[in-house]
Amino acid sequence: MNINIPPKPQKNSLKILRNIVISIGLAVLYVWTFATIEVPWGRIFSERTLINIDRVIPKLFSPDFTFASKVMDYMMETLFIAFAGSFMAAILAVPFGFLAASNINSNPVFNTIGKWILNADRTFPEILLALIFVVAIGPGAFAGVLAIAIHSVGMLGKLYSEVIESIDMNVVEAMEANGANKIQIFFYGIIPQVIPEFMSYAIYRFEIDVRASTILGIIGAGGIGTLLVISSRNRNWDEVGMILLVIIVFVSIIDYISSAIRKRIV
Amino acid sequence: MSKPLNPTGRVPTSLVSGRTKLKMNVIMVIVLAFYIFSSYMTNASVLRFDQAFFTNVWNMVIQLFPPNWAYASIVWEKLLETLKMALVATTIAGILCIPFSLLAANNIVQNKFLYNFIKMFLNIMRTIPELILAVVFVGLFGIGIFPGILALIIFSLGILAKLISETVESIDMNPLEAIRASGGNTIQVIWYAVVPQVLPQFVSFTLYVFEINVRASVVLGFVGAGGIGLILRQQLNFLSYQNVSTIIVITFVVVVVIDYISNKLRRELV
Amino acid sequence: MIELKDLSLVYPNGTQGLKDVNVKINDGEFVVIVGLSGAGKSTFIRSINRLVTPTSGDLLIDNENILDYRGKDLRNLRTKVGMIFQNYNLVKRSTVMKNVISGRLGHTGTLKSILNLYSKEDMALAYESLKRVNIENKIYSRADQLSGGQQQRVSIARVLTQQPKVVLADEPVASLDPPTSHQVMKYLKKINQEDNITTIVNLHFIDMAMEYADRIIGMRAGEIVFDGPASEVNEQTFEEIYGRPIKEDDIRGGKEDVETP
Ligand SMILES: Nc1ncnc2c1ncn2[C@@H]1O[C@H](COP(=O)(O)OP(=O)(O)OP(=O)(O)O)[C@@H](O)[C@H]1O
Ligand SMILES: [Mg+2]
Repeated sequence: MNINIPPKPQKNSLKILRNIVISIGLAVLYVWTFATIEVPWGRIFSERTLINIDRVIPKLFSPDFTFASKVMDYMMETLFIAFAGSFMAAILAVPFGFLAASNINSNPVFNTIGKWILNADRTFPEILLALIFVVAIGPGAFAGVLAIAIHSVGMLGKLYSEVIESIDMNVVEAMEANGANKIQIFFYGIIPQVIPEFMSYAIYRFEIDVRASTILGIIGAGGIGTLLVISSRNRNWDEVGMILLVIIVFVSIIDYISSAIRKRIV
Repeated sequence: MSKPLNPTGRVPTSLVSGRTKLKMNVIMVIVLAFYIFSSYMTNASVLRFDQAFFTNVWNMVIQLFPPNWAYASIVWEKLLETLKMALVATTIAGILCIPFSLLAANNIVQNKFLYNFIKMFLNIMRTIPELILAVVFVGLFGIGIFPGILALIIFSLGILAKLISETVESIDMNPLEAIRASGGNTIQVIWYAVVPQVLPQFVSFTLYVFEINVRASVVLGFVGAGGIGLILRQQLNFLSYQNVSTIIVITFVVVVVIDYISNKLRRELV
Repeated sequence: MIELKDLSLVYPNGTQGLKDVNVKINDGEFVVIVGLSGAGKSTFIRSINRLVTPTSGDLLIDNENILDYRGKDLRNLRTKVGMIFQNYNLVKRSTVMKNVISGRLGHTGTLKSILNLYSKEDMALAYESLKRVNIENKIYSRADQLSGGQQQRVSIARVLTQQPKVVLADEPVASLDPPTSHQVMKYLKKINQEDNITTIVNLHFIDMAMEYADRIIGMRAGEIVFDGPASEVNEQTFEEIYGRPIKEDDIRGGKEDVETP
C-alpha cells in the first residue's frame, strides 16, 4: 500500500511558538522545583520513621474512648465558634453584598471598592487572622470567632452580591411606579427575593466554618485544635485517633444536615 | 359612592398565613438564641467590642506599618519553598487522583460496593482539614516540608478526585461503547473515549486545586510543616510586626497574582 | 456464516429481548431487520458482537460458539465485527483521524495505542477508509465540527479501518434527513459489495429496507415473524410484521442529494 497521508495542517506559527514556550517553561519549572526542593529523604526513610509508623498507625486506629467526653467538650466549643462566627458574618455580609451589587449600587467607584474588599478578604486565610487576633487580644475562642466572622464575610458578601444582581428588577420598577420610597422598596421588593438564597449560603458557610474552626486551636484560638496539639506533642496517638474520629463524624453529620436543609430552602 | 369592599366584615390581619409567620418566628428565635448561647460559650459576645478591644487591635495595626523591606529577601526564599510545596503536592495529587476518580465514577465502575467504598473513603478524606493532617504528619516524620507536602497531597486528592469523578460521570457514554465494540480493552477504552472528554476539566480542576494548595501551604508552617508560615509565626512571637507585615504583603500579592493567572487559564480551557 | 440457534435473551429485569430465534446469515449478505420499537432489533444486533449476552441457545460465527467468549477472545471477535451506531458514537473532542484510527485498537498493543505508535500501514488504511467515504478532506477536523451525515461517514470509515468480516448497524440513519440517509445507506451497500462484508442493518423505514436489502427479517416481541428475500416483500408483508397498517412515519422517502463532501 502506498498512500500519502496529507501532513497535519500547520497551526499558525505564533500558536506553535506559544506552545513551545509554554512546554519549555513548564519543563524548566518542574526540573528546577524537584531539583531544589529540600526534602531530607535520608531522615524520612530512616529506621526511626519506620519505628514511628509502626508505633503510631495502630494507635491512631484504636482511638482512646475514655478520652471521648473531653474531646466532645472541645468539639462543642468548635461548633460554637463556627456558629457565632458564621452568624456574625451572615449579618455583616449584607451591607457588603449590596455595596458590591452593581444593579443596586450604581456608583461604579463604591461598587468596585466593595468588590475589592471582598476579594481581598477571601485571600486572607482565617488561621492567619486568628493568629493576629491571638497576638493582639490574647488567646481564646474570641480570637477564633473574630477570624471566622471576618474571613466568612468575604465569601458570603460575594455570593450575596451575585444573588442581588440576579433579582427581578421589574418588581423594583413597579414599586417605584407605585410611589414607594427606597426603604419600602428594600423591604418589600428586594429582601423577599433574596432571603432564601442568603439563608442557604449562610448555612453552607457554616458547614465550611465548622471545618475551619477545627484548626483554630492549633494556634491558640480555641476549639478541638487545642487538644490536638497537646495530644500530638505528648505522642498520645490513641487520643489523636479519637480527635480525628470525632472531627470526621461531626463534620460528616453537619455536612449532611446542612445540605438537607439547603435543599428544602431553595 | 363606594360601597364597603368586604360585606362580611372579616378583614385579613396579616400578609402571610398565621402558620408561616409562626414558623418563621420560631426559627428566628431559635437561631438567635443559639447565637447568643454560642457567643456566651466562646466568650465572644458583642459586649467584648469595647474600648479596650479596639485600642488593642489598633495598637497592633499601627505597629504593622511600615513594612520592613530589608526583610523581603528572606520572605522570598521561604515563599518560593511554599510554592514549590504546592506545586509538588498538586502534581502528585493530580496523578494519584486518576485511578481514584475512575473508581469513584458510577458509569465506569459497575461494582456498587467498590464504588461506594471509594466514594466514602474520599468523603472522609475531605472532612479533615490539611492543617490537622499536617499536625499528625509532623508527629510522624518530624518537622520539615515533607509532612506538609503529604498533608496537601491527601487533602487535595480528596477534592480533586471528587470533582473529576463527577466530570467522568457526566461524559457521553456512546464513544465508550464504540471503542469496546471495535475490540478495545479497558485501558484503550479509557484512553480513547474517556480521557479526551475529561481532559480540559482535568487541567482546569488541577489548576483550581493548585490555587487552594498555595493558600493552604502558606499556613502549614504554623505547625512546623514547612513554608512561609514558619517565619510568620516566629516573627509574630518575636513581636517583629514590621517583618510580619512584609511577609503578609508579599504573600498576599503573590497569591493574588497566581489566582489571577490560574483563573485566566481556566477560563480559556473550558 | 452467522448462525443463531434457539437463541433467547432475558434482560435482568425480566424483559424478553429475544425468544427462540433461529436464523442463518450467509457471508456477504445484506440483511435488514425491521420491526416496531421494542421488537428486539437492537438486542439481535448487539448479541452478535456480545454487547449483550444471550441467556440460552447458541450463536455460531464461522462454526464457533461465541457465547462463552471472554477477555481476549471477545475482543478478537469484536475486531472482526464492526459496528455503526445511531448517534455515530464518535469522541467529539478528538480529530476525525484519531476517531478513525481507533478502529485499529483491537490490532494494536495497549502501550503502542496510548503513545499513538501506529504502523504506516495502519495510518494508510485509515486514510484510505476516509477516502472511500469521501471525507478525507476533514481528516484533522474535530469530530464535533462535522454535520451528522459527515459524522456517520467517519464512523463508517472507523469500521472500515477495522477490516471487519461483519458490519452491524443499529439504526444508522435515524438521526439523519432523507437525502443524507440515502447517502449513508449507499456507502454501506457499496462496502458490502466491494469487500463482501456481511452487513446487518436495523431500520425503521420500509421503503429503505426494500431498496437496499438483499434479505429482510421482521421481528415482533423478540421473535422472528418474517424472513425472506427483499424481492418478495411488499407493503402487506410489513403490515403483517408490524401488526398494524402502514403509516406515513414508516416511510423515509426523499432522494440522495448530489454528492457534497
Ligand atoms: N438493558 C436492558 N435492560 C432491560 N430491558 C431492556 C434492555 N435493553 C432493551 N430492553 C428491552 O428489551 C426489549 C427489546 O429492546 P430492543 O432495544 O432490542 O428493541 P428495538 O427493536 O431495538 O427497539 P427500538 O426501535 O426502540 O430501538 C424492549 O422491551 C426493551 O425495553
Ligand atoms: Mg434499538
